[in-house]
Amino acid sequence: MEAYQPPTERTRLAVAGARASVAATLGNQPRGDVIRNNLFAGLLLLSVLIALAGLVALLAQAFAEGASALGPNLITNPPSTIDTANAGFRPALIGSVMMIAFVILLIVPLGVGAAVYLEEYADRTRWWNRLIELNIQNLAAVPSIIYGILGLGFIVRGPLDLGFILIAGAITLALLVLPVVIIAGREAIRAVPPSIREGSLALGATRWQTTRRQVLPAAIPGVATGVILAISRALGETAPLLLVGATVFVTFDPTPLGDNGYSALPVQIFQYATRPQADFQTLAAAGIILMLVVLLAMNSVAIWLRNRYEQRW
Amino acid sequence: MTQDPTDRPGTAREAAADRASIAVRPEFQQRDTHGATREKVFELEDISVFYGGVPAVQEITMDVRKNEVTALIGPSGCGKSTLIRCLNRMNDLVPTAKVTGQLLYHGQDLYGPKVDPVQVRKLIGMVFQKPNPFPKSIYDNIAFGPRILGMKDDMDEIVEKALEGAALWGEVKDRLHDNAYGLSGGQQQRLCIARCIAVSPDVILMDEPCSALDPISTGKIEDLMMELKEEYSIVIVTHNMQQAARVSDRTAFIMVELDATEQNRWGRIVEFDETEKIFTNPSDSRTEDYVTGKVG
Repeated sequence: MEAYQPPTERTRLAVAGARASVAATLGNQPRGDVIRNNLFAGLLLLSVLIALAGLVALLAQAFAEGASALGPNLITNPPSTIDTANAGFRPALIGSVMMIAFVILLIVPLGVGAAVYLEEYADRTRWWNRLIELNIQNLAAVPSIIYGILGLGFIVRGPLDLGFILIAGAITLALLVLPVVIIAGREAIRAVPPSIREGSLALGATRWQTTRRQVLPAAIPGVATGVILAISRALGETAPLLLVGATVFVTFDPTPLGDNGYSALPVQIFQYATRPQADFQTLAAAGIILMLVVLLAMNSVAIWLRNRYEQRW
Repeated sequence: MTQDPTDRPGTAREAAADRASIAVRPEFQQRDTHGATREKVFELEDISVFYGGVPAVQEITMDVRKNEVTALIGPSGCGKSTLIRCLNRMNDLVPTAKVTGQLLYHGQDLYGPKVDPVQVRKLIGMVFQKPNPFPKSIYDNIAFGPRILGMKDDMDEIVEKALEGAALWGEVKDRLHDNAYGLSGGQQQRLCIARCIAVSPDVILMDEPCSALDPISTGKIEDLMMELKEEYSIVIVTHNMQQAARVSDRTAFIMVELDATEQNRWGRIVEFDETEKIFTNPSDSRTEDYVTGKVG
């Protein structure tokens, strides 16, 4: 198509003027806007880097210090106060894994059940339901040592009187992380659209059938995320375990109900770290690496399970 | 009548036999202009619905006849949806809702003390304004209703029959296990209709089923309604007057009323008659103004 040839000189000037003004408007972004955009993006990037820097520094130091002690001894050997070459984390590793297994068994039914009750069945106008809601938010923020005292007073001694056994530690940890699961579960259930529930009820399903067959399957990813966060936190908690019996320096494999004592990875790391010899510091750092590996493995399995059962919207 | 119409039978065959055995009481039959007798499915007498004390519809008196399409028309906010949700007790889900008046379903009080709303909804199905398929496969969407009812018949057969009844079988028969969200809007709405008829209801309530759809899909669903009314009784809420004129046998026109302070508004039936009469020779001038487009 050939270029437009205006008929008169006046029209030609008018067209040229119009085109020039359009070109100016559509031209480059004003320099002030560009600078502001870049500055903002830079600040955001800086925040991310600062957050990452702390994490990277921690990992780097742990690896630097502990790399020399890495080896199969860590997993197979019991700890020792004198023989640093052959000391390991075996009872602590078994204790931690066992405790996490029991924690999962406790928090999934209790947490999901509480979330379902609060979202689907509780009458929001009743004052006691509002009180429960408020207090679950509070419980998530209570310092973990308080849960240790709770465990000591009610689970190890007191009404349950289980003694200083591994199950007692697992129950204490489960109570500690339960609010996280409840809150995440509630968010997941709330995210299911009301139209799905209405459609189910309009077909003649009961409340329970609707919850069990429509709402919960759709809420699985959110609940699974809550469980992942919960077990990550439970794996690393030391303070409450110190009060419920994980202080004994155990050299044999712990059992769930055995009262010979038990240990956990963070407690064992702490014990090694408080020893004066430099070799024990190395062992402690190696223990940190071990704990991170266990954490990564657990989370990977949980995320894989979550992705497998996730429903696509 | 000794039999409670909300007893839920276990299979589709039993459900059909159950309905056939519901005795038709002579005083409820009514001769329509074509001379055939039609049993009354719903009878509403002075039905009012209040949300937390505020009225939404007042003193609705009308009836719904078997194997007919009854339309509720009126301007937005006049309470048509509120009224239709009374018919399958969906208003029970709203804690502040209260229904007064008498609502008879096949001669039985639907809001009686012994009546279980869950059983009611198994007999009176509902299709909503915005298609709401479940986040499952097409097959599982249809099978959900029969499964929870404990229907032991061959599920593949039930699903195929339901999809054929909703004029959707040909389009989805090769992808029954695909996600229902992959269907277009019109197909999703027909899926919801198929889901509704898979449990063999007695009545199908449709709350503005085509308002979210394009004209072609709307036409398909209107054609579907003509087929469905052979087997089911249909009540449809629509704000589209032409649609009401096309598909319904009888129409109720509901108008908004304001109270003295102009703060509260509720709906009241202005006229309820054969569709042909409502649209060609209405008795009330308000009806005439509405259907000719002067108001609303």
